Amino acid sequence: MGQITLEKVTKSFGDVEVIPPLDLTIEDGEFAVFVGPSGCGKSTLLRLIAGLEDTTSGKIVIDGNDATEVPPAKRGLAMVFQSYALYPHMSVRKNIAFPMKMAGIDQAEQDSRIQQAAAALNLTDYLDRKPGQLSGGQRQRVAIGRAIVREPAAFLFDEPLSNLDAALRVGMRMEIGELHNKLETTMIYVTHDQVEAMTMADKIVVLRAGHIEQVGSPLDLYRAPRNLFVAGFIGSPTMNLIEGAEAAKHEATTIGIRPEHIDVSAEPGVWSGRVGVAEHLGSDTFFHIHDTGLAETLTVRAPGEVSFRHGDTIHLNPRADQIHRFDAEGLRMS
Amino acid sequence: MARSVTTNRKIINTAAAWAIGLLIFFPILWTILTSFKTEAQAINDPPIFLFFDWTLENYSVVQERSNYARFLWNSIFIAGGSTILGLIVAIPAAWSMAFVPSKRTKDILLWMLSTKMLPAVGVLYPIYLIFIKLGLLDSVVGLTVVLMLINLPIIVWMLYTYFREIPGEILEAARMDGASLRSEILYVLTPMAIPGIASTLLLNFILAWNEAFWTLNLTAAKAAPLTAFIASYSSPEGLFYAKLSAASTMAIAPILILGWFSQKQLVRGLTFGAVK
Repeated sequence: MGQITLEKVTKSFGDVEVIPPLDLTIEDGEFAVFVGPSGCGKSTLLRLIAGLEDTTSGKIVIDGNDATEVPPAKRGLAMVFQSYALYPHMSVRKNIAFPMKMAGIDQAEQDSRIQQAAAALNLTDYLDRKPGQLSGGQRQRVAIGRAIVREPAAFLFDEPLSNLDAALRVGMRMEIGELHNKLETTMIYVTHDQVEAMTMADKIVVLRAGHIEQVGSPLDLYRAPRNLFVAGFIGSPTMNLIEGAEAAKHEATTIGIRPEHIDVSAEPGVWSGRVGVAEHLGSDTFFHIHDTGLAETLTVRAPGEVSFRHGDTIHLNPRADQIHRFDAEGLRMS
Repeated sequence: MARSVTTNRKIINTAAAWAIGLLIFFPILWTILTSFKTEAQAINDPPIFLFFDWTLENYSVVQERSNYARFLWNSIFIAGGSTILGLIVAIPAAWSMAFVPSKRTKDILLWMLSTKMLPAVGVLYPIYLIFIKLGLLDSVVGLTVVLMLINLPIIVWMLYTYFREIPGEILEAARMDGASLRSEILYVLTPMAIPGIASTLLLNFILAWNEAFWTLNLTAAKAAPLTAFIASYSSPEGLFYAKLSAASTMAIAPILILGWFSQKQLVRGLTFGAVK
């Protein structure tokens, strides 16, 4: 069981309030992702749950028990750090065994769990090496191995993939996703990368300056961002935001439309502009369009290969049902 | 492109390194050579480098005139004792400064170091008087305590730097893995800190071994270590270079041997903080 509830949790460093009063519930077995720009308090929030930082006020409840004053060692949570934080003087085997040794699990059980974890994480051949002799991806897998053998109530991941190169990151993302499907244990994952959030999460918590901007499934956030910040943060490339007369036509202060919801054509349409940079990915083509009179640049995604060149005039047809409307406060209008 | 090192360049570098090394080592070499000369050859002008009548006479005279073993034992006791005592005081101090720093930590460190800038002779008189009052003059225990205090700032600084190099996340990982404070110190911190502690121990032992100001001023016959043993051969009745050299050689031999076998640790100790 691993339900985690935060009740009016706050955190201040000196006079600086990093987390204003915050309520949040993460259900048992859920994969929750905290996402936001750097400095938004997402790592601090994770460290509060871990017990590595003390709350200034409020309550943290794990599995129905008040854990606010419980030291990290006794919370039954496992954490994977960005820097991997492996014990450099211990072999991979001993690194993985360490939490079990601390829990006093007998040797035979330790060995069988190590074998299982090593097999699952492709580490069997490396058990007797020291962390210094492993690649970044292998080290991260050892860190994950060390977390899974103790069968925690929940896993905490603190930007675990940001030290890996792009290709490895995609692979590890899938491995962590599969791990979650297999273990069905609560996972809380912190990242600044919205793609990681979208691909892995059951529930995304978007944070800004310690505030929760929106909580929801990836598709909730994609389809109905609660405000301009979430609208701009979720989705890649980011949503086009248009103010002024065009927005007024929709009785809004700002309207937003995602690049994939604008159709391009050579025939006259609703909007028009001049092609700036065209990014040809094969499967899709991204156009950055200027001189539309709506915003400095509009980004448009066209499926497949579309042959507009730099400087060409291009016509745009936004899909009316995909236009998001925001009021003067930047909040979504229904 | 990597900078290419030509063979010529390598030869020049190697030769220069040897030249500098020999230049630094020369006084010690000369001392050792002189210790095998007769007194007459020792003051010969021009000096004789290698072609003299090698003799062990100086060593036997020195051995007859003074009890080397007692000086040696005093040196070992004072250097070893002050180092161990210093570590006992400094490890918890450096630990708390490195892992639970406060606003004043930097100030305290600088203040500690500033005591090293004070000329030792400035506090000789008060310490001398305290020693008389406490009856510690010419006692190894008194000297051990003074040398510990003299070197404490350096020990704390070195350990602080080493402890700071241990990433905090690793200790946090141990906490998340369910380690109690005791297990954290025993299984994670100590193994990672031992190389640093070893370097500190070695360097401090050598510093204490070579310390001459306090050992000469606070000891007489009973507690005198090897530094006093050397000094006793540069007497006002006349200089006996060969015997002085023999005594010096005997005094530095143990530390030279220790240094030779712990070169790696020492280099790390002396360049601490410089290279990540």
